[in-house]
Amino acid sequence: MWDAFGFEFINFYLIPGLVLGCIYALGAIGITLTFGILRFANFAHGEVMMSSAYLTYTFMALAASFGLSLVPLVAAIPAAVLTIAIALLIDHFFYRPFRKSETIIIVMASFGMMLMVRALVPVIWGPNQITFVRGITPMKPYLDGMLLVQDKQWLIVIGTVVVMTLFSLLMNFTRIGKAMRAVSDSPDLARVTGINVETVIRATWIIGGFCAAVAGVFLAMNTQQLSVTMGFRMLLPMFAAAILGGIGRPVGAIVGGMVIGLAEELIAYPWQAAVMQLVWWFSEVINASGMTDWAKAVHKQMRGTPLLSPGYKAGVAFGIMVIMLIVRPAGLFKGRVF
Amino acid sequence: MGDRPGMAEATKVLELSDIHAGYGDTDILHGINMHVCENEVVVVIGPNGAGKSTAVKAILGLLNIRKGDVLLNQQVITGTPPEKVINQRVSYVPQTHNVFVSLTVQENLEMGAWTVPEGMSDRIERMYEMFPDLAAKRRQAAGSLSGGQRQMVAMAKALMVDPEVLLLDEPTAGLSPLYRSAIFAAVQSIKDNGVPVLMVEQNAKQALGVADRGYVLVDGGNRHTGTGHELREDPEVARMFLGARD
Repeated sequence: MWDAFGFEFINFYLIPGLVLGCIYALGAIGITLTFGILRFANFAHGEVMMSSAYLTYTFMALAASFGLSLVPLVAAIPAAVLTIAIALLIDHFFYRPFRKSETIIIVMASFGMMLMVRALVPVIWGPNQITFVRGITPMKPYLDGMLLVQDKQWLIVIGTVVVMTLFSLLMNFTRIGKAMRAVSDSPDLARVTGINVETVIRATWIIGGFCAAVAGVFLAMNTQQLSVTMGFRMLLPMFAAAILGGIGRPVGAIVGGMVIGLAEELIAYPWQAAVMQLVWWFSEVINASGMTDWAKAVHKQMRGTPLLSPGYKAGVAFGIMVIMLIVRPAGLFKGRVF
Repeated sequence: MGDRPGMAEATKVLELSDIHAGYGDTDILHGINMHVCENEVVVVIGPNGAGKSTAVKAILGLLNIRKGDVLLNQQVITGTPPEKVINQRVSYVPQTHNVFVSLTVQENLEMGAWTVPEGMSDRIERMYEMFPDLAAKRRQAAGSLSGGQRQMVAMAKALMVDPEVLLLDEPTAGLSPLYRSAIFAAVQSIKDNGVPVLMVEQNAKQALGVADRGYVLVDGGNRHTGTGHELREDPEVARMFLGARD
């Protein structure tokens, strides 16, 4: 009984939470980079993620029309390249003219960009939800059938670890990565040091765009469908993750993303029932039969009830963000405070 | 003022000629003249608001010059944007926020060499020889160092390009007397390594001690000019900046 109980938690709450956390973390990296280096909140970031998912779908459909069957991960390669190009073009035509303007102006520009991309997607792909991958992906059994993991879950978690490892190597050991950290520290000093800030900004869009592209494809793989609002729905949890970790701190964005993803899934776990189960076992150990009966009954009653309905998922991210802004506005990793 | 042939005058690396400049519509500098020659430490002193830091920023192209010219190696660079001035190896150490706090000492030096990356590791080693305190802390975040050590990182970072001239904005502001002396000693050794220095300073007496020449600015104009020694002995300068008893 203990095993079934424990693994239900792992299979249906912890693993999906980790998967969601990976997607948030990848998205939050881009947000925190833009915040740190260009110093504005990029509202269009979710739409960049969405573009990559739709483009991946398009490449898969294109290949299918030639009789080829592409797995999402292969189709994601040209899609990621295009997504990065889109990010660079958006910067060149919509953000660059406002480089020396006040922050609020460029934030509004990104807000407008968000609306434009979101309006463009139904024009190209139609307004209805699209099925990204058909069928139910089976849960493969591990450890005598106790641990159940889907292939796509392995792929997302391992893929995220690989991308993050590359990202951290890039930030700490390459010339451009160090320059990105320098500009994030102080753009004025970077300028009088002779660092080419425009080059650094381009690198930021490329790296942030790549992470967003991967996040978008992972998101589409996870939910198996594409919708016009998929990017927008990511925005709040990604900002919450960036703020939780500390604005401008990529490590913070990763940790923040994992925390938000886990929190969103774990609040739907029947924690009250779990507590009652502990009471029940404890009462059996101390031979208090009255208590055992009571605990059993309450546990049975509560077993199917989540602590908080999954409908409040978005509220969890929002709640964490608000609490963090009040209690520790610099975030877990001491980011920038505006 | 033209260069008279036959006169044993050192080559001017940097020259400001009749500079009128300021922020917005108000001029802060009303016709400043100064120059820095090869192998020279030049100190700019003056009361608060005299325009010392503004003069340095004018060289870098960080503010509008309404009249007058800045010359680097006899070439006019007035109105050149800051990036281009820096590409011509004019190095500048701001008074505050002059290191990348979340980067290590070593990374700060690497960033200093951004415009001339060739042979960077040799130059970094030379910097550690010049500032031995930093060698032991090369893997530490610059933000974790003391004020004096940060100032050394900032100077070493600025020296990474083998600059034509090094501009220092109040390098000893807020430092303990011990570090102040260390900074002035470093300025001396920078000069001995062949890099001319233009330094704005509050600690006039000590600064004039290492200076070959100095300028006293008051209200955005030149008030006194002379060698470090002359200015230290000048009674009016002494009364204004060095304390009456000196």
